[in-house]
Amino acid sequence: MDPAGAIAQDSGYEQEKAPAKRSRRWKVPVPFLLLLPAFVVLAAVVVVPLALSLYSSFTPFRLTRPDTFWTFIGFRNYVRLLSDWEFWVTFGRTVLLLTVALNLEMVLGLGLALLVEKATRGQRLLRTIMMFPMMFSPVLVGFQFKFLFNDNIGLINNALQALGLTDSAIPWLIDGTLAFIAILVAEIWSSTAVFAIFILAGLMAMPKEPVEAAKVDGCTPWQTFRYVTWPFIMPFAYIAMTIRSLDIARAYDIVKIMTDGGPAKRTEILWTLIARTGYADARMGVANAMAYIAILLSIVFTAMFFRQLAKARAQVGAEW
Amino acid sequence: MDANAAHRAKRGVLKAAHLVGLFLAMAFICLPGLWIVLSSLRPTVEIMAKPPVWIPQQLSFDAYVAMFSGVGQGGIPVIEYFRNSIIISVTSTVIALAVGMAGGYAFARYRFPGKSPIFLGFMLTRTVPGIALSLPLFFVYARLGIIDTHFGLILAYVALNVPFTIWLIDGFFRQVPKDLAEAAQIDGCTRWQAFWQVEFPLARPGIASAGIFAFLTSWNEFALASQLTRSTNSKTLPVGLLDYTAEFTIDWRGMCALAVVMIIPALVLTFIVQKHLVSGLTSGAVKG
Repeated sequence: MDPAGAIAQDSGYEQEKAPAKRSRRWKVPVPFLLLLPAFVVLAAVVVVPLALSLYSSFTPFRLTRPDTFWTFIGFRNYVRLLSDWEFWVTFGRTVLLLTVALNLEMVLGLGLALLVEKATRGQRLLRTIMMFPMMFSPVLVGFQFKFLFNDNIGLINNALQALGLTDSAIPWLIDGTLAFIAILVAEIWSSTAVFAIFILAGLMAMPKEPVEAAKVDGCTPWQTFRYVTWPFIMPFAYIAMTIRSLDIARAYDIVKIMTDGGPAKRTEILWTLIARTGYADARMGVANAMAYIAILLSIVFTAMFFRQLAKARAQVGAEW
Repeated sequence: MDANAAHRAKRGVLKAAHLVGLFLAMAFICLPGLWIVLSSLRPTVEIMAKPPVWIPQQLSFDAYVAMFSGVGQGGIPVIEYFRNSIIISVTSTVIALAVGMAGGYAFARYRFPGKSPIFLGFMLTRTVPGIALSLPLFFVYARLGIIDTHFGLILAYVALNVPFTIWLIDGFFRQVPKDLAEAAQIDGCTRWQAFWQVEFPLARPGIASAGIFAFLTSWNEFALASQLTRSTNSKTLPVGLLDYTAEFTIDWRGMCALAVVMIIPALVLTFIVQKHLVSGLTSGAVKG
């Protein structure tokens, strides 16, 4: 136990534990004092509003009719959502988007990190370029790919036509499936960097001896990677996963700009649906019920990776 | 001899494949951004040309000049948006840093009951999707009359940034050896002096990068800003960009120029902090 911690605990518990020290000035435990501002801010902006929205998800609240805020209808919003086919299609699409995007980002990020790590010269420059997409605001990413995928003047169609790969313009963003792919590309472009950076950090922090020992012992490159390198960098990959899952909802910005859920709601995801129901339709009660399902989804994703992170950390911990 | 040659050839092929792969990856990363920059410098006629004009015939800064001279392209007040973005991002970053430093220091240096649940709880507040949070915030802000004000957005962004700032700063303070502050205290410093004169300077680069990260989050945020702002009083650049897409005739060149204006501060700042950012996040997470 460290002395600083000991002091802190003493001051925290002196009233109960050590009446002999009563003569000393009464003090609030220091760490709680230090955490107080964070508690206050988060309570004011996140916890209290969320409690409010939990309540209003049990009402038929509409922005246009404030009095409906006080009508309590129990779980009717949720029941209606559970039997709403369109909602579940959207929910499934969101999960599909996230699963495909996160997995591809992971694989591509790993590949990118390995490529950059192997480079003998200009690694600093390569690392900087690699981080490039991270700086783009999701809105910007959305706009950028809306421009590139534009069926008439977009770079992608122009290039495909110039190369003679297609005669007519491909209706990216107008066809439902193609639009989904375009969104996926934008999402992957913007977030692969997160994985690449952390995996690269893991690769560089890794001691060289185990790899050399594996080589001497006659492992193939694949075996070396699978059984020596991968376990080492796994915690880093999960950090990236956890960080990514903390703001998976940024896909909202991209979708909002690129298709706004269209064409004909074929690329509607949970978050665009919430925005549409809450603001455009002004049905706040239902939107809040949806929001709670979306929050639950985020928490499930984060908790999943956080547990993996803890597990990977415990596994590697012995060797660090 | 033969085996040697074969081995050398194989190595040569592998090296070439590596270079090609690296080149393709970098091209895929850079091309979209470069295309935006290029498009912002070309006349609209060239952007819209069919068949496409690949090699720009004339480049000019007209789009930028138009944007910053009074009410810009398509009546979009870029200067006001820019001003709002700067005010809101800087203020919320400073406050988030102060709050985050206190919190991060508490997590790095003290033991207290419920430490990891509290940490986890802070992180969970970050998982709430912006749009889901915007619903009740919109309602509360409307009641308090702080919709479409700088104050409202700053408050929201502070809350958005605090969890992550705490995570980062916690990591940076862990990297500063505890012994240093203790030595200073033995030499007669108060706890506060030991912090301010020994630990803080050592953790400063890390704290700066946490600040830049917070700045970028606020600078780029869209989901909350799009609902909590209404007019030039408080609209930020990401929301301003949407003004362009909402119209039927999209001024691609103007949008590209605005995109470049948005990305430059982010680019410069990220360039400065990249090293510290990764070390802070990993040290906090790996060493527990």
